[in-house]
Amino acid sequence: MSSSNHGQPAIEVSDASYSYAPGHPVLMDIDLEVEQGDFLAIIGPNGGGKSTLLKLILGLIRPDKGRIRVFGDRPEDAREDVGYVPQLTTFNPDFPLSALDVVLMGRLGLVGSFRRYSSEDLSLAREYMDLLGISDLESEKIGHLSGGQRQRVFIARALATEPRLLLLDEPAASVDPTNQESFYSLLSKLNRTVTVVMATHDVGAVSSYVKTIACLNVRLASHGEGLDHKALQEAYGCPIELIAHGVPHRILGLKKNLEDGDD
Amino acid sequence: MIEAILSYGFMQNAFLAALLGAVAAGIVGTLISVNRLSSLTGSVAHASFGGLGLAYMLGFSPLIGALTFSLAAALGIGAISSRYRERSDTAIAAFWAIGMALGLVFIKLSEGYAVDLMSYLFGSIMAVPGTDLMLMAVLDVIVVLFVVGLFKELLAISYDPEFATIQGLRVRLLYLTFLCLVALTVVMLIRVVGLIMVIAMLAIPPAIARMFMHDMRRIMWVSMGLSALLSMIGLSVAWYLELPGGASIILVAGVVYFAALGTQSAILRRQRA
Repeated sequence: MSSSNHGQPAIEVSDASYSYAPGHPVLMDIDLEVEQGDFLAIIGPNGGGKSTLLKLILGLIRPDKGRIRVFGDRPEDAREDVGYVPQLTTFNPDFPLSALDVVLMGRLGLVGSFRRYSSEDLSLAREYMDLLGISDLESEKIGHLSGGQRQRVFIARALATEPRLLLLDEPAASVDPTNQESFYSLLSKLNRTVTVVMATHDVGAVSSYVKTIACLNVRLASHGEGLDHKALQEAYGCPIELIAHGVPHRILGLKKNLEDGDD
Repeated sequence: MIEAILSYGFMQNAFLAALLGAVAAGIVGTLISVNRLSSLTGSVAHASFGGLGLAYMLGFSPLIGALTFSLAAALGIGAISSRYRERSDTAIAAFWAIGMALGLVFIKLSEGYAVDLMSYLFGSIMAVPGTDLMLMAVLDVIVVLFVVGLFKELLAISYDPEFATIQGLRVRLLYLTFLCLVALTVVMLIRVVGLIMVIAMLAIPPAIARMFMHDMRRIMWVSMGLSALLSMIGLSVAWYLELPGGASIILVAGVVYFAALGTQSAILRRQRA
């Protein structure tokens, strides 16, 4: 059903708001359209709603108002097209699982209950581990790996679902600085076949790899000609250097909010 | 020496009960351990006392009473904690204490002294009737079928429920079903070690196994083996020293647990040196 929607945007968010508690919105009036093949970085301060926006796109939570479509479908119905790489900080490091066990989880939805993973699933999982350069770690306990290695395991797991859209939440947070360069070039390699959306508060490194930047702090800001960069930085934590120095970008929706000056 | 013990019918039954209990304890205990649910398990076990009291007062099967209350506690805690994670601690404490309190009230309202209820608190492995062995075997079959059939699903919802949801699993349903399995296992083990000590029987063997390996299937097998072995040793000790069976099993398990902890930290120290 969803695979026929070739011309469709990968993600369409229109006028979406979400709050965890009444009166404390995490996201307000978000409009966002992500083309297929894009490599979007959503940047903004902690607590700015980046993870929440990803969860809305995954259909893990529903917006209070507004509409979200992923490849033209409701998020719940588009999940088989979406690979998700969560933040690593939330996992129990003592959990008895090997790296390969984790990658195999990416095949869960495709295998079905009361059946074991097939040899095909296994070789696919190994293929993606190979692609990410972690083949030699397959029988290591997941909690014993370094942050960067674990991050690659989780990306391999997301790829094992064979997604058309890859969502990553703070993927560079646990990659040590010397490896960040190769990490981002890996993502941009993946971007040749998959639409990539990455939430990060680390703006320094992303600039040369991403195609589009969106700044999120409860509201979504875009950067275009004629906007006051300084005001943008204050309101959204969007770094002026990034905007000023010709980062390839296009204008995202939401100019309205800024012009209305209602923030 | 085992021969001498096994010449008594009630000891044969005791050993069989220990073996049958070990199967469910090893498998479900491993899942409890990786999900960090030992306090939930303790609560489910103690809540069963309410059911025992009610059964005693109204004169129906204590097993049915215990099972009903344990299932209710497991599902109650599960429902509350899957909606409000931060409330699960309170829910666990509430079900734990309310179950015990109800049990005491029901017993007080009944005529006579509830002497056989002691056996549910502390176990009565030396007096397991044959019908209970049959029931334990049936429960083992249920546990094994469920866990073998849904192994990768249980692994996924335990490690990363969010990802499991995205993969299309019905995480909440699976989780609540798993909690029902915990309740079944708890009630089954009450026969062996009593409801107060059930928590140790489920927690200790997987804890020892997890010190030395990180493959879930292997941990389950080793936990089953350890649980069986520790129960047999405990029973033998109880026989020769004329001590209570359940308590002896737990004490043996406790000694081995601390010995394993010592061994593990010695190994780690040597690796570091």
